[in-house]
Amino acid sequence: MTDKRFPSPFEIETPEGAEGWEELYPYSVLFSEGRREYEDSTFWFMDSMHWGWAMSPWDADHLMYAIASLSQYNSRHYLIPPANGIDFRILNGYPYFSPVTIDDGATIEARAPQFMERAGHYFANWDDLYESWLDKVKENIAALESIDFSPLPETEDMEVITSGRGVGSGWDLQAEYHRFQDLAQKIWQYHFEFLNLGYAAYLDFFGFCKEAFPSIPDLAVAKMVAGIEVDLFRPNEELKKLAQKAIDLGVADAFAKHDDVDAVHAALSGEAGQQWLAAWEEVAEPWFNFSSGTGFYYYDKTWMQDRSVPYSFVHDYITKLQAGEDISRPMEAIRAERDRIVEEYSEFLASDEDREAFQGKLGLARTVFPYVENHNFYIEHWSMSVFWKKSRELGSMLVKEGFFVEPDDIYFVRREEMDTLLFDLYTAWAVGANPAGPHHWPPIIAKRRKIVDALEASKQPNALGPPPAVVTEPFTIMLWGITEDSIDGWLSTDSDDGSVSGMAASPGTAEGPARIVQSADDIGQVQEGEILVAPITAPSWAPVFSKIKATVTDIGGLMSHAAIVCREYGVPAVTGTGDATTAIQTGDMIRVDGNTGKVTKI
Amino acid sequence: MTGSSEYVVWYDEYDEERDRHRVGGKNASLGTMMGAGLPVPPGFAVTTNAYDTLRSHDDLTVLINDLIGEIDFDIPTGLQAVSRRIRSEIEKLAVPGEIEEAVFTAYEQLCRRCGVSDVGVAVRSSATAEDLPDASFAGQQDTYLWVHGAENVLAHVAKCWSSMFTDRALAYRHEMGFDDQAIAMSVGIQKMVDPRASGVAFTLNPLTGDRTQVAIDASWGLGEAVVSGEVTPDNYLVDKVLREVVERVISDKHIEIRRTDSGVETLEVEAERRTSQCITDAEICDVAAMARRAEKHYGCPQDVEWALDRHLPDGENIVLLQARPETVWSQKARTSVSRGTYDPLGSIVSTLTAPLKAEKAN
Repeated sequence: MTDKRFPSPFEIETPEGAEGWEELYPYSVLFSEGRREYEDSTFWFMDSMHWGWAMSPWDADHLMYAIASLSQYNSRHYLIPPANGIDFRILNGYPYFSPVTIDDGATIEARAPQFMERAGHYFANWDDLYESWLDKVKENIAALESIDFSPLPETEDMEVITSGRGVGSGWDLQAEYHRFQDLAQKIWQYHFEFLNLGYAAYLDFFGFCKEAFPSIPDLAVAKMVAGIEVDLFRPNEELKKLAQKAIDLGVADAFAKHDDVDAVHAALSGEAGQQWLAAWEEVAEPWFNFSSGTGFYYYDKTWMQDRSVPYSFVHDYITKLQAGEDISRPMEAIRAERDRIVEEYSEFLASDEDREAFQGKLGLARTVFPYVENHNFYIEHWSMSVFWKKSRELGSMLVKEGFFVEPDDIYFVRREEMDTLLFDLYTAWAVGANPAGPHHWPPIIAKRRKIVDALEASKQPNALGPPPAVVTEPFTIMLWGITEDSIDGWLSTDSDDGSVSGMAASPGTAEGPARIVQSADDIGQVQEGEILVAPITAPSWAPVFSKIKATVTDIGGLMSHAAIVCREYGVPAVTGTGDATTAIQTGDMIRVDGNTGKVTKI
Repeated sequence: MTGSSEYVVWYDEYDEERDRHRVGGKNASLGTMMGAGLPVPPGFAVTTNAYDTLRSHDDLTVLINDLIGEIDFDIPTGLQAVSRRIRSEIEKLAVPGEIEEAVFTAYEQLCRRCGVSDVGVAVRSSATAEDLPDASFAGQQDTYLWVHGAENVLAHVAKCWSSMFTDRALAYRHEMGFDDQAIAMSVGIQKMVDPRASGVAFTLNPLTGDRTQVAIDASWGLGEAVVSGEVTPDNYLVDKVLREVVERVISDKHIEIRRTDSGVETLEVEAERRTSQCITDAEICDVAAMARRAEKHYGCPQDVEWALDRHLPDGENIVLLQARPETVWSQKARTSVSRGTYDPLGSIVSTLTAPLKAEKAN
């Protein structure tokens, strides 16, 4: 480890035009003088894997809900022996994390039996608990759907009088808002109910393989767990079926102008076209509650909201089908390969006891796999889609009430400020006078929009503070792919030839022109045969993986989305490079070596 | 390859039950290796039926028996004279047309397969005895290398037949009490390997003992350069399961040993070839797969010599020259990763407590 350090959080300057950014977030997530001694002596890394863009106040709530939940499961539910939670701060609009490790051997030892009892219960009853998890999540989604942000009525219904209800619509609106935020927080509680345990089981299997076969490539381990049908792939599979349906119904040509949704719909106005649209509607709920981004940002659009993305994928699939290509996921082949790999590595183990342990750990890794994958659809996509939809409804209502200029203004108000805003609205309604909000909020929101734009345009450091001597927090390694080596990589000055390195996440080598995709909006620009270079990738990008030659990401470990999908598609991938999207430009000819983790310009 | 017949059995069509008794020990071994996916250089056996036919066409048997009957085994010079006489009688016999045709046709097919006219072959005798199919006749039979042309091949087949009657063979059978007429002779015709590149392969990582890898050394030309250490070979590590090259070191291979018209020579390698990879990734994987098959066939880690023949078509050009058991790691006790007992949760605790062990192993 080098003795260099990352900048102190206290020496990071505010980007020009973002002055006063601190008011976008609660005091508790800011670096502050009161905690300076601790904050300045702690290592923080930026989680650009999940929040690679500056957050609006409304976006930031989900970061806080998520990391608090993740932490709570480590520290209070399962008592992960060596790890408490992940401390987090927001600086210049970006999240910085610091794992809270338990270094004291006696504490670790004391927690171990408790962890074994608690985690043991989940592992032993995984499938049943997962079934009831699905019910709970769907119930939470239904509750979110039932949230009513209707405008306050001119007069209360007669029924309120006759039933002797005793409270009115103003109270209801505020209560609905509280319920809304409570349900939103619950989304994240559920998100982490199983996740840390799932990763622990996977990490354990991974560690066993590395010890038994010192030279085993990471991807071989991942392949042993591949080939399980998961709901996360359903949206994309449904698009493939719809592409086939368009051909069968003779309306394939309608998708030629896929970027103009109205033109597509005009071309689908006939009977066959209507049949196709009916088929879309049949599967849209829930499968197209699928974000084109991560689902963490208010501007991420779902496939239902903006059909241009799924229609362009349908168009791609139609083109492939018409060319006689087989676009189905080669599940049989993936499974056959998986079984072969398992059997052959198993043969190399030294003893039958080792083979038993290998099978046991593999079995557990496979048991946890559907949850590890599917939570992403049920939480990030489906639950969050409904959250954003209800937020827009509230925003629209507040436009009508004169508080906002446009519905999206809601995302520039902090959640606790919304409480005050709604009380303002309610009071004015109750009193029959004017609220203060319509004059108060628009200038604040206009200013905050500019601040977020300025933060968005700025480049913030990968990490802050002194690098740790060793990284031992298991989830930091597993989920974020952060190791001493990757930290060293961030510290060393960028190589002048523009080459970068990261994790060898999916094997093979490929050469081709790079295409930088900063967000889902750029995904349509990806051409056949290009190499996708992105901060991270999202499940809804799945269709581009059949077009591209390789993938490079800034952030992500072995279990990151890009890594998993690339292995399934047999496309080389290097993840967790730190800065590929800045070191490489669109059009650069690059060589991606998914066996060594090296990306070079050629 | 097709065309096995009464007189000819191709190695890649060898059938244990059908052919074992009529091709001799050496040919049977080559056929078995081929069948196990261990690609010895291509070739065919001229069966014992051919020699049987030959001797039944003439009074050869009678003549030989008479001559052998006259031998006084106590007088070495007498034995040598009789041996010479029998051998010359056999070699000067006209080979029956059907046998000649079978050998000529098979040789032409071999030439076509190698894409070379008059391909150089090794002609070897492969003896058998009806009731002693596994008797060792080691060192008693002849081998002729770099034989070119159909006529020449046939002449050397006859030399192999006659080699049953070398003085040593006659003395050996006399001593062991074997019936001279119960001995039958098959002959093997096998392509001489002319390597573009060659080397050795270990079916484990010689540095770590990891059995999931094949370590391959490779250099230009004949393998002697690698084995003798005259050249620093390229080194590749192949994952046996993924079947991919996971590590490579390309060396400066300044010389190669090649067979030329004037014999075997050590030659300078021209500049651009010295530091380039001497076999393709696909060929590396083929070598690894072959070494792995040898390991499975023999049931223990192997140390294999291989060559990449310059004449054989792609996909068939990797040949196995020799396989022997690996001796260093194979004799060490292997350590158990589960340490004897499998405790799922305890193991997860250890993993979480020391996740770096997993990660650092990279």
